[in-house]
Amino acid sequence: MIIGTVSGEIHSTIQHPFYSGKKLLLVEREDAFGARTGAYVIAVDTVDAGVGDRVLINEEGGGAREVVRSADAPVRSLIVGIVDAVETD
Amino acid sequence: MLLGRVVGTVVPCVVYEGLQGVPMLIVQPLDRIGQPEGRTIVAADATRTAGPGELVYYEGGREAALALDPSFVPVDHAIIGIVDDLHREDR
Repeated sequence: MIIGTVSGEIHSTIQHPFYSGKKLLLVEREDAFGARTGAYVIAVDTVDAGVGDRVLINEEGGGAREVVRSADAPVRSLIVGIVDAVETD
Repeated sequence: MLLGRVVGTVVPCVVYEGLQGVPMLIVQPLDRIGQPEGRTIVAADATRTAGPGELVYYEGGREAALALDPSFVPVDHAIIGIVDDLHREDR
């Protein structure tokens, strides 16, 4: 899983049927110390996250399809948690 | 998924079984602020409605093929949706 900060929302009318009604958020990736890496990902929100929240993202298709209870959903990136704090040595 | 801009259309004359009629579009990947980043890719269009100039989001790998019907097809990127509005908060 990876950590990132939500920086935006994506609104879409025409999309694959699986994504109909799903909230898509743009998440900027961070390293363990909270610094942005410059990379980003568009992920499906499952925890009611919002812009500014630090989130935990599952980025593996098999696990994501388990969560959405579908064997054939074209989904890989899911926001699965909101992070309160990260401690590093 | 990542953001991309459709910049062209590919017209194949012969395709692998299952890919007949699937639109193939040339997509320029974009970075987090919407600037072009890296080389263009060819993506199957799962929405079947995207066209040049449009802002889209696409997925790669196994999930790309799952977006198509039939889904057991040899594609590595697929356009999943067309962006109407991207609300960004720059901090």
